[in-house]
Parts: sequence; structure tokens; C-alpha cells
Amino acid sequence: MTAPQHHIPEPMMAAYVAGNLPQPFAVVVATHISMCDECRARHETHLALGGAVLESLEDAPVSDAMRAGLFAMLDEPAPEEPAAPKPRGIYPAPLADMVPGDGPRWRSIGMGARQSILWRGKEGSLRLLYIPAGQAVPDHSHNGLELTLVLQGSFSDEGGRFGVGDVEVADEAVEHTPLAGIDSPCICLAATDAPLRFSGMIPRLLQPVFRI
Amino acid sequence: MLQFVESRPGIMQGHRQAARPRAAEEASEALNKLQHAPETELLIAVRDRRDKQAFAQLFDIYAPKLKAMVMRSGTPAAQAEDIVQDAMLSVWRKAAQFDAHRSQASGWIYRIARNRMIDIARRDYRPLPEELKIDEPPAEQPAEIMAMDQEAARLRAALDTLPQSQREMIEKAYLGELSHKEITETTGLPLGTIKSRIRLGLERLRHELKDLRQS
Repeated sequence: MTAPQHHIPEPMMAAYVAGNLPQPFAVVVATHISMCDECRARHETHLALGGAVLESLEDAPVSDAMRAGLFAMLDEPAPEEPAAPKPRGIYPAPLADMVPGDGPRWRSIGMGARQSILWRGKEGSLRLLYIPAGQAVPDHSHNGLELTLVLQGSFSDEGGRFGVGDVEVADEAVEHTPLAGIDSPCICLAATDAPLRFSGMIPRLLQPVFRI
Repeated sequence: MLQFVESRPGIMQGHRQAARPRAAEEASEALNKLQHAPETELLIAVRDRRDKQAFAQLFDIYAPKLKAMVMRSGTPAAQAEDIVQDAMLSVWRKAAQFDAHRSQASGWIYRIARNRMIDIARRDYRPLPEELKIDEPPAEQPAEIMAMDQEAARLRAALDTLPQSQREMIEKAYLGELSHKEITETTGLPLGTIKSRIRLGLERLRHELKDLRQS
């Protein structure tokens, strides 16, 4: 596997380490870091910066009672940690937990393309997309921001070519038409912080049904 | 995107100089520098020897800072103390996971505390990057750990010299007071400049990770 070429933008990484990223984006960032050594190292540098900010804060004195209470707990046995999630197939660890063991629950969205919604809430949505080799994703633009991370195969659009591990960041100004590579079906993780809207008439009618 | 023009100069120099006659002098100089940044040493003592005195020192350094951080998010003092206690207990229990080649104490403790804060606030699935599989942790490299500490010191110095307004924005970003959109829209935020102060560490990490993947 060649190293990813398209990465998580710095502001998003900063918001991720601060714990201030909408849930769907946080999953994409954690998944990308799992696939990209470059961003794993960049993640550490953002944590170092967070640590520097922490050290620069003015002390808020803590009570002796709390300190004593903590030291009384040190010898207590630690509760068992839940096992760290493991990667499965094309799904890195942060994602493996969200995908059923026997594979995603795909639903057709027309023209051979499928999707499986992994998470939906006030903060947006997270889904897997399956695009047959050589085929286009239905033309769409969106409110807010969309992150698309390639898990298998590749796609190309106005923003370039995106292979396994690459992330495309598209804001509402982008009306893009991703085309899956011809070698294999493309499976992507797509996150938005707002519902998508499709430009074609029929997909727009279907949008409430498919919740895309 | 950051550019890495120089390749690991600090570390390579360190190795070369160690072979020279002045090595002893430089070693004592190095030791002095280590004493300026003892937090990492304390965390290693907690990790390797379950040293409670070292933990007490770490507590006295970081607990008041963590409490300040938690209170910045609007948490009342009493509840903030609970969260700090919880976070410091995690520091004690998870110390085995601390890798001094990859992080320094403040960044590692920051991470643990932010994660605890998210867990308490959201009670939702918190996605974490996959952990690297390391069969045998590499032997401690004091020179590299020291280099990491020095970079952290440079980073703090760089923060201190920023104009007040930029410094405040950086603080807000890492204390969770700005959305990614707001961070993006803050013009003149020197994220790249600041981070270039730790390019050595970044470069080293990339090399290490590459080696890990190939072994």
C-alpha cells in the first residue's frame, strides 16, 4: 500500500485532540490516523501543543481532601480495561467496532451503488459507500462539510485521485462527481455535519427515503 | 503542509559528539538540561517503578493545571476536582502505555485528561486511533528522550513569545473552545509555525513508525 497523499487538515486535527470535533468527523480522523503514519506523527505533535497549553495555564489550587482521596485509591485494583478494538478486514480498529461482524448492512441507492449508515445524530451522519468499479457516485453537493476516506479501491474527481487511506475534504461550495477507479469497487467512509442534497431530480426525491 | 528540509540534525549530532573526549562534560551538561524538564523522568519512574513519590510530584505539577483546564470549560470547582482526580488516577493506571520516545509528559497527560472529559460529557463512543503493535518495546534512548524534552521546552518558549491575541486563540483551540471551522477561519493563527518548532520530533516519529511497519 502506498502512503496516503491526502491528509486531515491541521485545524481539524487540533479540534480532534481537544475533543471538539463532531462525532462523524472524529471517527474519520481516528480511522485515517490508523492508516497513515504521517498523521499519526502529526497527531502526537498536536498533543504536544495541547500539553504546552496545559502547562501554561495558571494553577487552580486543588483541595488536600481530593489529593488524599486519590492516594488512598492508588493501591486499589484497577477495573479491567475493555479490550482495545482490533482491525477487521478493510476496517481499521476505530471503525471495526461500528461495522457488524458479518459485514455492513448495505442498502441500494441506485445504479449499483450502496450505502450503510453507521451513525446518525444531531452532529451529522457517518456512512459507508460502495461504488461499483468505474461508476460515478450520484452527483451531490452538501450543506456543511463532507469528509470521504477511501477504505478500498480508489476514486477520482475534481480534487484529484484518492486511494486507500486518502481523505477528501469538500465544503459546501464543491459540487463534485467522484468516479470509482476501474480496478475494483470503491468502498469509502463518508462523514457529513449536515444532510446531503443531490442535484439531480430523482435522487433529490429519494433523499428522504434513503437518508443520504 | 510542513516541509522537512533538514534530516534529524539534532539527534545525529548528539550521537557523533558522544564519541569525542568532551563527552563527559557534555553528558553532565545534558544531565543539567534533564533536570530542567523532570516531568518525563517522573512519569518514567511511575511507569517502571510505581514510584508514589514521583507520582506525588507529578500530581502537584499537573493537578492544579488540569483543574484550571476543566474549569475553563464551565465546570464548577467541586465537579472539576472529581474530574481531575479521575484523570490523575488514569495517569497512574495507564502509565505503562507512556512511550517517552513518542510523547512527553505534558502532552500525554493532556491527552488522558481530554479523553476523560469527553467520556464524562458525552457518554458516547469515542473513536481512538488503532494502537501500534510493538512486540518488544525498544530500549530507552536517553538522548532521544532529552531531545524530545528540549523540543517541548522550545515549543513552550515559542508559545510565550506569540502576540497575546494569537496565543489566546491557540489556547482556546486546545482547550476545546473553538470548533474546527472557527480554527480554520482564524486568520494568522500560526499553527504551522508553532508546529515547526517540533519538526525534529515529527521527523523522528515518522522514521520510527516506518521502521515499525517494516519489521
